[in-house]
Amino acid sequence: MHTTALTLIELGAILLFLGILGRLAGRIGLSPIPLYLIGGLFFGQGGFIELEGVLEFSEVASEIGVVLLLLLLGLEYTAKELVTGLRQSWLAGIVDFVLNFTPGALVAVILGWGPVAALVMGGVTYISSSGIAAKVIGDLGRLGNRETPTVLAILVFEDLAMAVYLPVLTAVLAGLSFAGGLGTVGISLLVVTLVLIVALRWGNVVSAIVDSSDREVFLLTLIGAALLVAGLASALQVSAAVGAFLLGIAISGATAENAARILEPLRDLFAAIFFVVFGLSTDPSSIPPVLGVALLLALATSVTKIATGWWAAGRQGIGRMGRARAGTALVARGEFSIVIAGLAVTSGAVLPELAALATTYVLLMAVLGPVLARLAEPAMELTDRLPKRRPRAVPANGST
Amino acid sequence: MNVIETRLPGIGVRREIVTGSGRRVGIVAQRDGDLDLIISKASDPDACVASIPLTPDEAATIGNLLGSRQLVAQLTEEHRDLPGVSTRQFLIERGSPFDGRPLADTRMRSRSGASLVAVLRSGQVQASPTPDFTLTAGDLLVVVGTSEGLDAAADILRNG
Repeated sequence: MHTTALTLIELGAILLFLGILGRLAGRIGLSPIPLYLIGGLFFGQGGFIELEGVLEFSEVASEIGVVLLLLLLGLEYTAKELVTGLRQSWLAGIVDFVLNFTPGALVAVILGWGPVAALVMGGVTYISSSGIAAKVIGDLGRLGNRETPTVLAILVFEDLAMAVYLPVLTAVLAGLSFAGGLGTVGISLLVVTLVLIVALRWGNVVSAIVDSSDREVFLLTLIGAALLVAGLASALQVSAAVGAFLLGIAISGATAENAARILEPLRDLFAAIFFVVFGLSTDPSSIPPVLGVALLLALATSVTKIATGWWAAGRQGIGRMGRARAGTALVARGEFSIVIAGLAVTSGAVLPELAALATTYVLLMAVLGPVLARLAEPAMELTDRLPKRRPRAVPANGST
Repeated sequence: MNVIETRLPGIGVRREIVTGSGRRVGIVAQRDGDLDLIISKASDPDACVASIPLTPDEAATIGNLLGSRQLVAQLTEEHRDLPGVSTRQFLIERGSPFDGRPLADTRMRSRSGASLVAVLRSGQVQASPTPDFTLTAGDLLVVVGTSEGLDAAADILRNG
C-alpha cells in the first residue's frame, strides 16, 4: 500500500480508538491518561497490532504535545500568582519535594539503575498531576473549600519546580560535564527569573504582541511563538518544555484566556498522541516484572503525598477532614511524570525498564488518585467512628 | 462587611463572607467567567455543602433578590400609614416583552396606577428610574400600588 495512505489509515484508527477510550473514561469519571497509555501499549511493539507508518509523524506530534501541555500550564498562571504562591508555600513545597522525590530515587538506586535513573524516577514520583487534581477539585465541588488554596499552592510550586528540574534533567541526560551542566542550569535559572520579571512588569506588552482579534492569525502567532521558543530553549539545552512554559507565563490577562481557549482542543489532541507514543515505546511484556515494584512505589508515594497535604493544610489551621481531602487531592500522578520519563527514554540514557516502571506507576496513580480523593471523606468518617468506642468505656469529664 | 478574597491560582478568585452563624457564603469567580455560589457545611466549616454553578444572569438575579429585601422592607415601613398600598417585586425574565426596551414602553402608571420606585440590577439600586431607562432580563422591579394595581402591573410586565 502507498505509505501516505497507510499512515492516514493507521493514524485515523489510533485517534478513533483514543476517542472511544476517552468516551469510556468520561463515562466512568476517570482521567483518560491511563487509558491512552494502555492504548499505546496495545498498538506498540510487542502489542497486539504493530504500527509502522505513523511512527515518524507521531514522534513529532508527541513533541508538539509536550510543548502545548507546558504552554497551557504556563497560561493557567499569571506571574503574580506564581510569585505569591512561591512566597506562601515554599516550606510546604520543600516538604513535598523531599517526601515524594525520595521514594522514586530510592527505588532506582535499590534496583541498581544508577544516579541518572534516580534523578528521573524521583521526578516521576514527585510531581502530582495538576490536570487530574484540578479536575477532581472541580468535580467534587471543592472550589469553595478552605483547603483548596493550599492544594493549589503546592501544585503551583511543583509546576515552578519543573522549570528548574527539567533543564537539570536535560543537562544530565545529555551527558554534559558537571561544569557544563552547571552552566545550563545557570542559564535556565537566569531565563526563568528574567521571564518572571518581564511577565510581572511588561506582561501586557508580551500579550499585545501575541494578541490578535483574528482567530487564525492568533493561533498561528501563538503556536509559531511556542514552537520557536521551545526550539530555541532546546538548542540551549534548557528543555523545550520549559521554554513553552515560560512563554505561557509571560502571556497574561484576556490574551491568556483566549489563548487557552483556542489551544485546549489542540493540546488534547497532541497530548493524547504523546501518551500513545510513550505507550508505544513500552513493550507490554516488560510490565509484569516491574508490577510488584510499581505497586509498592504507588503505595509508598500515596502515603507520602497524603502526609504532605495533611501537614500543609494543618499549618493553615484546617480541620482533620480538610487535611485528608488536601492530602488525597495531591495523590494523582499523570502527564508530567510521563513527560519526565519520556524525556529520559528518548535520550537513551536510561534502561528501557524505567519506561515500563514509569508507565505502570502512572497507570496506577492516575486511577488511584481520583479514587482516593473521593474516598477521603467516607474513610475519615469511618475512622472517626471507630476509636470513639474505647474512650467511651471510661467516662471523661463531660467532654467529648 | 468583611469580604475575604482568596486567589485560586489557575482557577480564579473566591470571595466570601463569614456570617454571624459562622457559615461561609460566597462566590468563586472562575477565569472563564463561570460563577459558583458556595455555602460552607455546618459540620465541617472547611468544606462546602454546595457549590452551585450560576450563569451571570442567574447570579445577578440572586444578587437582586438578596439586595431587594432591605429596600422592600423600608418601603413597606414607609407606606404603613397608607392602608391598601403595598410593595411588590417583579423580575424581568429572559424573553419578557420588555427585555431591552425603555421603561416608558410599559406605560405602567397610566395603565395600572402602580408606580415603579426602583430597579435592582446586579445588586445595585437604581432609584426612581427615568422613562428612558432600558430594562434588561434579570432586572428586579420594585413597584408600589394598591393590590389591584399591582396585579395589573404584573400582567403588563408578563404579557406586554
